[in-house]
Amino acid sequence: MEKKVILQTKKIGKYFYQPVKFKALDDVSFKVFDSEFITMIGKSGSGKSTLLYILSTMDTDYEGELFIGGEKITGQKPNYLAAIRNKNIGFVFQFHYLLPEFSCLKNVMIPALKLGKLSVQEIEEQAYQKLDLLGIKDQALKPASKLSGGQQQRVAIARALINQPKIIMCDEPTGNLDSKNTSIVLDTFHQLSKEFGQTIIAVTHDNDFAKASNRIIELADGKLVHST
Amino acid sequence: MKLNVNSEIALTHLLTRKRQTMIAAMGVTVGIGIFIFMISLVVGFNRYSDEALFKAEPHLRIYQDDTLSRPLIKQIKPNYTTVIINPKIANLSNTLINPEKIIADLKKQEGVVTVTPQVSVNLFYNNGISQINGVASGVDIMDANAMFNIESTMLAGDVRNLLSTSNGILIGVGIAEKLNIQLHDNINITSSIGVVKMMKVEGIFKTSNSNIDLTKSYINLAMSQQLMKKSSSYLTDILVNINDPNEAPEFSKKLQNSTIYKVEDWQAANEQSMSNKKTRQVMFGSISLAILLVAAFGIYNIINMTIKEKLNDIAILKATGFSGKDVINIFLKESLIMGIIGTSFGLLMATGLIKIVSGIYIGGDREYFPIGYETPIFFIGAILGVLITLGAGYIPAIGAAKIDPIEIFRK
Repeated sequence: MEKKVILQTKKIGKYFYQPVKFKALDDVSFKVFDSEFITMIGKSGSGKSTLLYILSTMDTDYEGELFIGGEKITGQKPNYLAAIRNKNIGFVFQFHYLLPEFSCLKNVMIPALKLGKLSVQEIEEQAYQKLDLLGIKDQALKPASKLSGGQQQRVAIARALINQPKIIMCDEPTGNLDSKNTSIVLDTFHQLSKEFGQTIIAVTHDNDFAKASNRIIELADGKLVHST
Repeated sequence: MKLNVNSEIALTHLLTRKRQTMIAAMGVTVGIGIFIFMISLVVGFNRYSDEALFKAEPHLRIYQDDTLSRPLIKQIKPNYTTVIINPKIANLSNTLINPEKIIADLKKQEGVVTVTPQVSVNLFYNNGISQINGVASGVDIMDANAMFNIESTMLAGDVRNLLSTSNGILIGVGIAEKLNIQLHDNINITSSIGVVKMMKVEGIFKTSNSNIDLTKSYINLAMSQQLMKKSSSYLTDILVNINDPNEAPEFSKKLQNSTIYKVEDWQAANEQSMSNKKTRQVMFGSISLAILLVAAFGIYNIINMTIKEKLNDIAILKATGFSGKDVINIFLKESLIMGIIGTSFGLLMATGLIKIVSGIYIGGDREYFPIGYETPIFFIGAILGVLITLGAGYIPAIGAAKIDPIEIFRK
């Protein structure tokens, strides 16, 4: 059976102009299928993070075309892109990036409150569910800044899941974590792609983490060198 | 209460930085407080000086202006012969013709409160060898009292006594002192055309203007006509008071169209004090606006600082689907809240300041400092406070909306 394409790039190219003109991405074309767990690897400066930011719709300054769920994303207005991110994409960053003044629960709830599809009670219930899924339900009401790095990262993942996005994008999700927390994150990602049918695209340095994924995309000097 | 997510974020930002929030709000408080206080000072003082003015002057005065004689033959074209004349004041008399009709017409006009005829007589007050020149107003004393509230300025005697004493006179306190005259004493007056009368002092008044106190007196209309050797139809001025003194210039324009006589409003008659008034308004207005601006910079600073500190948060919000508009909305709400808090306390502060200052004893006929609670100024102050803080928050908020999350994440 042909798998459904959830994300597709066509000849993506990207230049940096500082300090000198430099081609960071060159002719990158690939497809990502529904409920896949993909990792992108490559050396520092290979352009993997740059590619992820383009896929995330936050970076709009590139050549080529990007499709998400069959819809052409390239050339859309910033406000529309923000709505797409809110609904379809969840993010997990290397440095966990929670809002420090808010409780973990609020941090998880905010994207759903923004989407505004459910009532506050329902959102709160779901947020508890996600936190439970990641095993940090007991930390829900603590301020985000009071948690350990591993716990914060799991809160960030819970936040990425709250709107049940089709795609979850991660930039070095395990970069700062010890092996115990890394394996928790890895297990969660597998569970998400298998049980919830979510697509995961993760940029990583960690070869063990990459090997555990369904598919590896390798970049070198801005070019796609290997895609299993 | 159900808050939307933007409000909740704005509120959380403010609550986690209570001190900065309070300091920024305090800036607005001081700005708005001083602004309202200063403007109230000006308005109070202007009202006071207008009131003082209206104790001696009507809102409008209708009189026969001096007209100059004109050439009999007009020079029609430039190269025609010119008839040389020597222009002179051509009035035979400065009386108003058929004043009863003018008065009756005026009384029918909407907005007119009091109309009273007057004969002004230039004269000398004599007592023995001392002599002072001055002006007597021949009036219907009850009408004049309604217009100038003479009663409130009386030091001794009663205005009503003029009704029963045909040769009664009310004199300014300056005249009484210089001529050493007491109540019920006699005073000798000589009009500009040489008529001499013995008058009985029925009252002494004191206005806030020492010049008026030293020259002015009130006498009965009939007596003034005798002093000018004229009949009872002789009137030199008609004085008019209207509802709103500030509308006097428009009113005078309207009246001017319906009469051949000169209509003069009090603003035109007191150009000097009008220009003083304007100077005061501009001076205090600009000082208080400057203070408001400083307060606005306080808000700008705090919002700007919040944004600089919250670059990560803004990036995260944008990544999770908040648009630039939402970011502006959040920071505008923050400055709005600070503005509302600051403005409310500013209103309280202004109320307090006005209360304190209105209790300061300054003497004179006003006794206490002329300042009051001016509702429209409080209203304007409140609106201005909120608008300025919104403006001060909007500028940095636009900057925040333009933040590129990728640049933050790359660091």
